Amino acid sequence: MRDGEPLIRWDWIGDHIGELADYTGVHLRLGLLPVLFGLIISVPLGILCHRWRWIYPPTLTAANVLYSIPSLALFMIFVRYTGLTERTVMIPLTLYTLSVLIPNVVDGLASVPEPVRQAATAMGFSTVRRVVQVELPIAVPVVVAGVRVAAVSSISLVAVGQLIGQGGLGYYITRGLQLDFPTPIITATVLIMLLALVTDALLVLAQRLLTPWARGKGATA
Amino acid sequence: MIRFDAVSKNYPNGTTAVDELSLELAEGGITVLVGPSGCGKTTTLRMVNRMVEPTAGTVSLRGQDIREIAAPELRRGIGYVIQHAGLFPHRTVLDNIATVPLLLGWGKKKARSRAAELLELVGLPSSMAKRYPYQLSGGQQQRVGVARALGADPPVLLMDEPFSAVDPIVRGELQAEFIRLQKELHKTIVFVTHDIDEAIKLGDHIAVLRTGGKLAQFDTPERLLAHPADDFVADFVGQDRGIRRLSFVKAADLPLRDGLVLPADSPVARARAADEPWVLVVDGDRRPLGWAAVADLPSGGTLADAALTPLGHTFSLAGDSARAALDAALLSPSRLAVGVDPQGAVVGVADAYELSAAMTGDGTAVDAAAEEGTAEEPTPGDAAVEEGTAEEATAGDAVTAKDAVSKVTVVKGETDGGSGDDVDGTGAGGDGR
Repeated sequence: MRDGEPLIRWDWIGDHIGELADYTGVHLRLGLLPVLFGLIISVPLGILCHRWRWIYPPTLTAANVLYSIPSLALFMIFVRYTGLTERTVMIPLTLYTLSVLIPNVVDGLASVPEPVRQAATAMGFSTVRRVVQVELPIAVPVVVAGVRVAAVSSISLVAVGQLIGQGGLGYYITRGLQLDFPTPIITATVLIMLLALVTDALLVLAQRLLTPWARGKGATA
Repeated sequence: MIRFDAVSKNYPNGTTAVDELSLELAEGGITVLVGPSGCGKTTTLRMVNRMVEPTAGTVSLRGQDIREIAAPELRRGIGYVIQHAGLFPHRTVLDNIATVPLLLGWGKKKARSRAAELLELVGLPSSMAKRYPYQLSGGQQQRVGVARALGADPPVLLMDEPFSAVDPIVRGELQAEFIRLQKELHKTIVFVTHDIDEAIKLGDHIAVLRTGGKLAQFDTPERLLAHPADDFVADFVGQDRGIRRLSFVKAADLPLRDGLVLPADSPVARARAADEPWVLVVDGDRRPLGWAAVADLPSGGTLADAALTPLGHTFSLAGDSARAALDAALLSPSRLAVGVDPQGAVVGVADAYELSAAMTGDGTAVDAAAEEGTAEEPTPGDAAVEEGTAEEATAGDAVTAKDAVSKVTVVKGETDGGSGDDVDGTGAGGDGR
């Protein structure tokens, strides 16, 4: 850091407000779309794993193996097919969410009390209808808990995408390093943390609204 | 209505849950399946709505083999209530009750108005409609469970230990409510319990199953207590079955005397003349005031001046059973039970010995009184009469041993015939051995 350079130059932030907002939007998209895609993959896989338990261990192992591959390596693999695009960042991030989301979908379905499942069957629900109208709604609190973890980790991981030029706010971090200029680094880091925290808070709120029935947890059925 | 024909359920690991069960459940009655754990009662129940498929035999509903009906469709026509209610935690009380109507495609509005009706029917305030199950007590949840089972007004209800997860006081309330509901609805109900007291209280007929899924006896509660088919049933029914049978004798049929019932304005001398250790003092409307011990009476004046000992409790000739009467006798300071009419006026008194005269040794008179409500007063002499009719009893066996349902019908038919001897003959004849 140059002598006399302050940690934060507020005028820089003022000059770059518009640009920062654009990058924040991109960052959110890069962080949250993978969670959505991850959920779209995990719900059916989780249902299958719940129904046929023997599928679950290999599926979970596969998801964990994917999670263990360094993001850099995955970017390099996908860059050959999808180029230096947002997709190259989002595909690995989507794969990373699976190791959190699949177990949570399975645990969520397992949290449906057996009497409830039996009552649903005895009322005359077909299997598909029972899963959609009874089991999945009851699994929501556990699934949302997984979504919160996935969303926070995904938002902070986006910055790594800057290695292929698609890192959202990560751009300011590398830029600040190159210029030996701390203001953008600190600004981007704080913004990323804020994004993660606000997203988490919104998810908690969404869950409250979605599951008014779950407030007395433990007293169900 | 519901018929089991040589139904068995064997599991691949070699266990037999239900073994060659044949049973016919009458329409509009409560049939209780009772037995120790592992007797296959729940399995039997679940075969009715195809939650369990038998490995042999057929279950039919109104003459149709239930395997010919698609399971979800069959189930929408059969109400189901389970131990922990199994309410859908994510749905409001009203939407829980509307479940089956919605599955049947009634439309939201109609389904909800039906649900609101049912909420009232099971005795819950409409303010509960918007609540979620976690906001209800166990007893309330169970009521919602019953309402949900009644959703589409199914003719058949299956109930699997519905009241066993709540405390005894709430259980008593729910049972009373259930009896009231059934009087109104006349559903064909199959009810599983491990509690013989509950079975006797609720059942029109009781099927006692033994471990291994074999039917031990199928009979009315009265006859189950009076004539257990074998040691297993006798044991299961319990040591105090003699006392419990008294629940089936109407208090109205008990012999009472009123010689020692005296108005408060009677002179003391009249109490002495009764030649009893105690007299019952009543007011102008014959309402009981208390017991007066004759030995402690003042030398003159009226009974109004005497120190009275509190009554204990009375029994009502209108609603109580002999069990309440006997209890009243045992708790009374004079050892005499006081019988009152619906207005609370004393009809008469009896001691435990006199009461027991109405409850003959093997219960035949009890059966007759309970089944027909005859006004005749059975005496201990009836027991002797019955021994004399042993031949009739044997003849009766041949008729009745084949089919449990027809046996019940036969009993009813013969008692309707009227004379005392017939009643006794039937009593011994139906004992199912």
